[in-house]
Parts: sequence; C-alpha cells; structure tokens
Amino acid sequence: MTWTDVGALSDIPLRGARTVKTASGCVAIFRTGEEELFATSAICAHKRGPLAEGMVHGRKVTCPLHSWTYSLETGEAQGADKGSIATYPVKYEEGRVLLKLGALAEQAAA
Amino acid sequence: MQKLVVIGAGMASGRVLEHLFEAEAPYEVTLFNAEPRGNYNRIMLSPVLSGEKSFAEIVTHGDAWYDEHAVTCRFGEKVTAIDRARKVVVGENGAVPYDKLLIATGSAPFIIPLPGHDLPGVVAYRDLEDTNAMIEASAKPGSRAVVIGGGLLGLEAAAGLRLRGMDVTVLHLMGHLMERQLDEAAGYLLKQDLEKRGIDVMLNASTKAIEGDGKVERVVLEDGTVLEADIVCMAVGIRPAGQIGADAGLECGKAIKVDAHMRTSDPDIFAVGECVEFDGNLFGLVAPLYDQARVVAKTLRGEDDVFTMRELSTKLKVTGCDLFSAGDFAQGEGREDIVFRDPARGIYKRLVIEDDRLVGAVLYGDTADGNWFFGLIKDETCIEEMRDTLIYGPAFQGGGAAGQDPLAAVAALPPEAEICGCNGICKNQIVDAIGAGANTLETLRAQTKASASCGTCTGLVEQLLAVTLGDSFETGGAKPVCGCTELTHEDVRRLIKARALRSQTAVWQELGWLTVNGCPSCRPAINFYLLAEWPLDYQDDAQSRFVNERNHANIQKDGTYSVMPRMWGGMTSADELLAIATAAKKYDAAVKVTGGQRIDLLGIEKDDLPAIWADLNAAGMVSGHAYSKGLRTVKTCVGTDWCRFGTQDSTGLGIKLEKKLWGSWTPHKVKMGVSGCPRNCAEATCKDVGVICVDSGYQIGVAGAAGMDLRETKRLVDVATEDEVIEWTTAFVQLYRENAKYLDRPYKWVDKVGLDWVKDVLSDPAERAALNERFEISQSVYRKDPWAERATEPEARKFQPLADLTMEPAE
Ligand code: SRM
Ligand SMILES: Cc1cc2nc3c(=O)[nH]c(=O)nc-3n(C[C@H](O)[C@H](O)[C@H](O)COP(=O)(O)OP(=O)(O)OC[C@H]3O[C@@H](n4cnc5c(N)ncnc54)[C@H](O)[C@@H]3O)c2cc1C
Ligand code: SF4
Ligand code: FES
Repeated sequence: MTWTDVGALSDIPLRGARTVKTASGCVAIFRTGEEELFATSAICAHKRGPLAEGMVHGRKVTCPLHSWTYSLETGEAQGADKGSIATYPVKYEEGRVLLKLGALAEQAAA
Repeated sequence: MQKLVVIGAGMASGRVLEHLFEAEAPYEVTLFNAEPRGNYNRIMLSPVLSGEKSFAEIVTHGDAWYDEHAVTCRFGEKVTAIDRARKVVVGENGAVPYDKLLIATGSAPFIIPLPGHDLPGVVAYRDLEDTNAMIEASAKPGSRAVVIGGGLLGLEAAAGLRLRGMDVTVLHLMGHLMERQLDEAAGYLLKQDLEKRGIDVMLNASTKAIEGDGKVERVVLEDGTVLEADIVCMAVGIRPAGQIGADAGLECGKAIKVDAHMRTSDPDIFAVGECVEFDGNLFGLVAPLYDQARVVAKTLRGEDDVFTMRELSTKLKVTGCDLFSAGDFAQGEGREDIVFRDPARGIYKRLVIEDDRLVGAVLYGDTADGNWFFGLIKDETCIEEMRDTLIYGPAFQGGGAAGQDPLAAVAALPPEAEICGCNGICKNQIVDAIGAGANTLETLRAQTKASASCGTCTGLVEQLLAVTLGDSFETGGAKPVCGCTELTHEDVRRLIKARALRSQTAVWQELGWLTVNGCPSCRPAINFYLLAEWPLDYQDDAQSRFVNERNHANIQKDGTYSVMPRMWGGMTSADELLAIATAAKKYDAAVKVTGGQRIDLLGIEKDDLPAIWADLNAAGMVSGHAYSKGLRTVKTCVGTDWCRFGTQDSTGLGIKLEKKLWGSWTPHKVKMGVSGCPRNCAEATCKDVGVICVDSGYQIGVAGAAGMDLRETKRLVDVATEDEVIEWTTAFVQLYRENAKYLDRPYKWVDKVGLDWVKDVLSDPAERAALNERFEISQSVYRKDPWAERATEPEARKFQPLADLTMEPAE
C-alpha cells in the first residue's frame, strides 16, 4: 500500500488543520506540534460539524459547532460525550505530508 | 591474517578498531579517510570553535596508535568505488583488496540549494575545515555571522562564534528552537538565554537567498529582511553518506541497510555509524553508534551480539544553557503531563507519563535530575507510588510520608527552602507569619510579599497555609481562568502588562501554566490580552480563535457560512444592492435582512468565501465583522437628513463612529446606536454605547444590553460636538479593551468596576487623549479589511482543501 503526497507540511498551520477530499470521504489532517501530524475523518460524530475548523489543543480537537472534543490519536470523543471518528495513517517526510489512502478505502469498504 | 578495509575514520569506526585491537583480533587493517587526518572526537568541535579546547585535545587516536596496531593509514584519500566481484576497494590513489569491508562514512551536511549557497563564506558544520573557516572569519573585528538552522548544531555554532566576538544571528524556520528535542516552553527559555548572550534569534525565518560579490555579503529572507554577513553557517540537517554502498549494489533505503549484526546485504561487507539504516531508523547521536561499534567488532571476531535500539537523551553543549530532553514528550491520549515552572529562576520541567511509566522528559534550567529521569524512562520503572512528587526528583523519593502526598512534601521542606522566588521568601518566614496571625492568602501576601509578584507559587503558599493551619484553612477566592492555571483573568491581564509578556509561550512559562499550550477556554483569551496590550509586537494567532473569527464568516449548522458586508451606519446604495444581489445569485445564497441594519448572505460554501469576498470588495464593500468580538454595527436613524424631528446628523455621526472603530478587537462584541432625537428609533438606549442627539448636542450612554440581559444605558456624559462624541466613545472602547475580562460585554465590565470609576478616568482630558492615541496605534494594524487580505493568493488557497484526491483510484 502506498503513501500519497497531499501537500507541504508548511501548508498546514501549526495547531491547525486542512482537509483532503478523497473518494471515500473527507479527511482532516491536523498539525499539533512543529512536526506532528494526525489524520481523522473530517466530520464530527455528533451533528456532522467540520472538525478541521475546530480548535487544536494538545493532541485534541474541539468541534466548532457544539464543542465535542476528540483525541486525535484514538478518535474517541472525550469526557461525557460518546462517539468516535476514524483515524488514518499519516506522516511527513522531507517537509511533505503523506497519507495512506488504502487504509481509507479499506475502512470505507468495511 | 585477514584483510579488513575500513572506509571512513570517524567516531564509529574509531570505536570498532579499539574493540578489535583490544581483543587482538587477527586483522590487517587499511583505514581510508576523506578528511586529511585520523579519528578525532567530532562532537568536541564545538569547544574548539568557541576556543575552550584546541584541536590537539580532541584527537582520539594519534599516529603512534596507528603505528602500534600496524594500521595502513590512507588519510586525505577518498574511496571512489567498491568492486564486490573482485573484492577490492578503489581509492583515489589506487585499489586495495579486502576479505572483510567496513563502511563507516558517516553523513554529509545538508545544504539547501538556495541562490548563492555556493559562494565562498558559506560553510556547513561537520569537520575541522568548517570549524577553522568559522574561526578565521571571526578574526576580523566587527564581523557578522548568520547561522541558518536553530537545532543542536546551529546553536552550538552560534554560541561558539559569539564567544569569539562575532555578531551572530540565528535563523530558524520553525516557531521554536530545537523543535525535535524541546517543546515550546523550553524552546522559549533557550531563546531567552541565547539572547542574553547577545545572539539574535529569528523564528519562522525563511531564507530566500545568499548574496555577495565573489563572497558572502548578506542573507535575504522571504519577508524582505536583509542581514549583513561575513560568514554563513548552514546547519539544517544531515544526510547519511551511503552512496558508496548504493553504487556497489548493496541494499539501501535512506542509508545502507544492515541487520542486527551490522551486516549489509553482502555477507563480507559491514557498515556502522550514521551511514546505516537499521529497521527503518537513522542515527545522529553517538550513543547508539557506540553500541553498533561493539556489535560489529564482535561479529568480526565471530562472536554473537545483536544491536537493539534504545532510548536517547540530548544535551546542548552551550555553557550556561542547561537543557535535557529524553524519550517521547508529545502529548497524547492516556498520557499525562506533570509540569513544573519556576519563572523566577528560569526553570521548566515537564514529565510525560503513560500507564504509570515515565515516557518522556524535558528539563530546562535545572537538569540535575536528568539522568535519574532518563533511567526511569529506559528501565520503564513503575512510578505509581512516587507520582505526586516525581517532578521534585530523587531527593523526594525513598520512603517516608514525603513520597506520597504533596502536602507532606511541603511539610518536609527544610525551613530555609525558598518558596517565593520573586521575593526570596523562605518557608520559615511564611510559617512565622502564619503563626503571627496571617491566616489567609491575602494577609500573608501583604505581610511577607510571598506569591504577591508573579503569583506562580500561590499553590505552594496555600499548601503551607493548609499544612500549618490544618482544617481551619480553606483555599478559594477568585475564580481562575480555567483548569490550566490558578490565576484569574484580572491577574493574567495585570501580569502580561507588568512583566512585559509578549508571546503565548511567555505567558505559559512565566505564569506557570499547567498545560502545554492552553485549552479552548484560555487560549482565545490570552491571544486577545496579548494583542490588546502589544498591538505592534504581538501577531494575532488565528489558531487561537474560534472558527468564525478565523474564517471571517459565521459558520452555520450545516458547515456553510454566512457573509455580511458592512453597511456603514445602515446606509447602502443601489450599486451595493446590485452587487449583493448578483453575489447572492452567483453563490446561491439565502438573503436575510438582519436586526443590525444590514444584509446577510447565508449558505456560502467555505471554498467560495474568497471569491464572494473578492466580488463584494470589487463593489467597494468590506467585512461587516458579524462574527467578531469587535465592533459590529452602528445602528442609526435617518436624523436631520430626512426626519422632521431630527436634531443632529445621526446617520452621519453613526458612519463616522463605525469608520473609526471598525476592525478593532475587543473582549466581546460592541454594538452602537445613534438616534436623532429622544424618540430613539435606533434603539440607542440598549446598546454598548448609545448616542441620543438633542438640540444642545449629544448624550452619550454606555453599558446597555438587549441580549441575554436587558439593560438601559447609563449616562456617561453630555457633549456639544461630534468630535467630542467620537473622542469619548473611542476612549471608552479603549478603556474597555484594556481592562475587561475576555467575554464580558461592556455592561458586565462596568458592573464590576463601577460607572463612577469609568467616569473618573474618562473625565481627565489627558487620559482620554492617551486612550485615543493607544487605540489609534492598535488600529494602524487592525483597521484593515480582513476579507481583502484573504481574497487573493496565497491566502485564498488556504480556504480550499489541501488536496482533492477524489479522482485518485483507492488501491
Ligand atoms: C444575523 C443576526 C440575526 C438576524 O437575522 O437579524 C444575529 C445572528 C446571530 N447572533 Fe445575534 N444576531 C443579530 C443581531 C443581534 C441583536 C440585535 C442587534 O444587534 O441590534 C442582539 C441583541 C443586542 C445585543 O447584542 O445586546 C443579538 C444578541 C446575540 C447574543 C447575546 C449577546 C449578549 O451579550 O447577551 C448572542 C450570543 C453571543 O454573542 O454570545 C448572539 C449570537 C448570534 C449568532 C452569532 C449565534 C452563533 O454563535 O452562531 C448568530 C449567527 C447566525 C448566523 O449563523 O449568521 N446574538 N444579536 C443579527 C446580526 C446583526 C448584524 O447585522 O450584525
Ligand atoms: C559539531 C558537532 C557536534 C556534535 N555534537 C554531538 C553531541 O553532543 N552528542 C552526540 O551524540 N553527537 C554529536 N554530534 C554527532 C556525532 O559527531 C556523529 O553522530 C558521529 O560523529 C557520527 O560518527 P560516524 O563515524 O558515523 O561518522 P563521522 O564521524 O562523520 O565519520 C565519517 C568519516 O568518513 C569519512 N568519509 C566519508 N566518505 C568517505 C569516502 N568515500 N572515503 C573515505 N572517507 C570517507 C568522512 O570524511 C568522515 O571523516 C556532533 C556532530 C558535530 C558535527
Ligand atoms: S436569536 Fe438565537 S436562533 Fe436567532 S439568530 Fe440569534 S442566536 Fe440564532
Ligand atoms: S457537530 Fe460536532 S459537536 Fe455538534
């Protein structure tokens, strides 16, 4: 399974996110530290809020619509809220962001 | 005897040869080295550069040693090829046959291919030649150096050059120094320490070109900054030097691949050091290389040993900058941070714990316990028992009540232990004061000054009160900003000003924040306080703003946005309405007349925002800031222009006020109204600032509300002219910006400070003038249309997805 180059690391703001559209749904790529990335489904499990617009703090994101907060590592909602979002393999190399597309298709098929 | 050829006389191969000769292994060794010298301690080039050591002191193997072990030295000769079929190594001066071959070529510094990177005077930092070139450049009085790269090597180079008297500037692409080893807080302290030594540090600095006539003269940054330079040291990273292995057909990834015995894909060829790749890992520090050296020496002697990865720790070899980092210090699910900050002494410690094990540590300022923490990480010691006092180090462990509970730990502190670093107050002074009757935090502060300055030892002082007074003491009082700190909003505002804190990192560190970079409650507040206090120095941080303020449009429940252009004072024109209508059709928007006298276009896709803004900009319209904690609308009535009762030009005054105040950020939103007579058609008596025009002039009321609370404005002042209305209103808004708690509307703030205080301050003409002046300084940055700034490239692109792969086949 190959990694797909989706853009430059510097295109994702520090403590922010950008989205990537794929055939199996929209993915949000979060940059939590200078060189730390996470990829998750871009859509909130509560009422489909756009998670890439949420505030990124620590390794968590807070949904902009009603403040559900997710762990970017596990995709689990935190605190009293129950729900989860998919997480995907992502990495950077030489300043480029690489996303594993196969993993997405698999999860979409499953 | 077998013939062993070694390519590269570096730190790794030097260690291999020592092991081999110690064990009297039967090898006849030929040692090639591209550098014109034998093995030396490369990591000690930094003290050579700074003048603290001479080169002779860092040579590890001298001529006598090579003689004694009959090593054929071919120094200053590069190996150009390996012929595996004939089993020979080809050097520049001829070939040598081998039975066993060891590749130890290390790595090569990475040079960014900028324009001018090949000018004389651009050096890397890898070997004695580079070091000598820098020493030579520093000999010229008043000479300047630019170091590109704020990692370990770059900073050691910078410190060395500075010690040699050069003017040094470090350019670092990232937002904090040594981002691979340090978190932001430690990076901030390091920057401060370096600046104290006279080294300039520029973060987020992207180099565009190096220029000069025949040699380096200056460095130009992407933002246009120009720095004079006599020498440029590029220390931006290393690349494994494994080409020679790749050319010979050995299996390579990013470097020469080896197994756990350090054997390459050819059983007679071994590799060691930075030129190898093991299990996907590359290397850049010597500790693992020494392990590799031991393994390869054993393998060469036919003994069994395997190389395994292990935890690494880092220290910076700059005298006086004490930092230590080990393990994985990223935050995460199931991970907990223990943060200790002592701002007065510039100390920061952070431990990262997962499943009752220490997994990472960053220490700055006091690294004495570094090795102890490192041991806990390596050994995966269970720290459950000592968790509460872990951060205080080994001195607090080892049985007794002190190991269990923070209160007991405070009780166990010796009487002379310093509690308040700012004021130098020791435990016994505080205990004495408590004994003499100071039984609250406030009285203690008043009597001893403990915790009265930066306030970060408040917790400790409270614990002392609790320990000394027992149950009769209750903590409490004012509400902290959020769980990340014990300070209140008011404390934070006061300290940002008093201690000249100009960045978020400065706030986190100096005020002892308990989290790494705040949370969604405190970060927007801190961002606002900083930009309100330091409009020219502090750069507004979009990532510390809620979505509406970051995207300059209101998000809707379906993820689309609403777009609301300004209609100054509620006035519009046929042309503006045509442009709005055209945009509404083009972007398929719902159109709503708002309660704020303007028109809302709803349902716009995020991708379309820059385009619709460009269209509205083209018709002369700007953002209405319907999303901001800032000036919203100035509602007006028709006034003397049309109304038979109008006493003044209420529409004109509303427009003037809106043009003066738009764009400014405030603690919460600010709405105004100007009515032409006491009939008050513009509902001015329920606004944050409301003006009622009368025959004799203008009545200014403040602190009204008509949202969750309903409040009538209270009279601030009556004035005679429009200019005075604008002056008073601006002064009121600035006073509110400088003093209110984030998310308090003006009426809430006035309730707290009292209208009398506001009147007192504002009735002094000098004070009003000063407030107006400070407001204008801030407006020189913020009175700009945020839409126009984002409607064009490169900003517009940020509103699109990073990539669209819908057409890519998923495998
Ligand atoms: C569009 C508008 C309603 C309308 O269709 O007329 C509106 C829409 C919203 N108002 Fe409002 N308010 C609008 C006029 C008002 C008014 C009347 C006025 O300004 O004359 C008030 C009462 C006056 C006041 O503020 O004192 C008003 C009091 C509020 C409040 C309560 C504020 C308070 O301090 O009590 C909120 C909640 C908040 O800000 O926290 C709020 C929040 C909102 C938000 C931003 C809710 C949100 O967070 O998403 C709504 C955005 C809708 C959207 O998706 O675009 N809106 N809102 C009005 C825009 C006016 C404009 O041109 O900018
Ligand atoms: C200034 C500085 C400070 C450092 N500080 C630290 C520190 O504090 N802590 C730490 O752990 N690490 C530090 N390092 C890193 C450390 O020095 C390296 O990890 C280590 O030197 C790598 O050893 P090596 O044997 O793999 O390569 P090297 O020591 O680089 O040796 C490789 C040798 O091979 C030679 N060579 C390359 N190609 C050929 C060829 N084709 N033919 C012949 N010869 C060839 C090179 O000339 C070189 O002499 C520092 C490095 C520098 C430059
Ligand atoms: S009154 Fe409530 S529902 Fe209506 S726009 Fe304001 S916030 Fe939204
Ligand atoms: S849609 Fe995300 S919290 Fe409601």
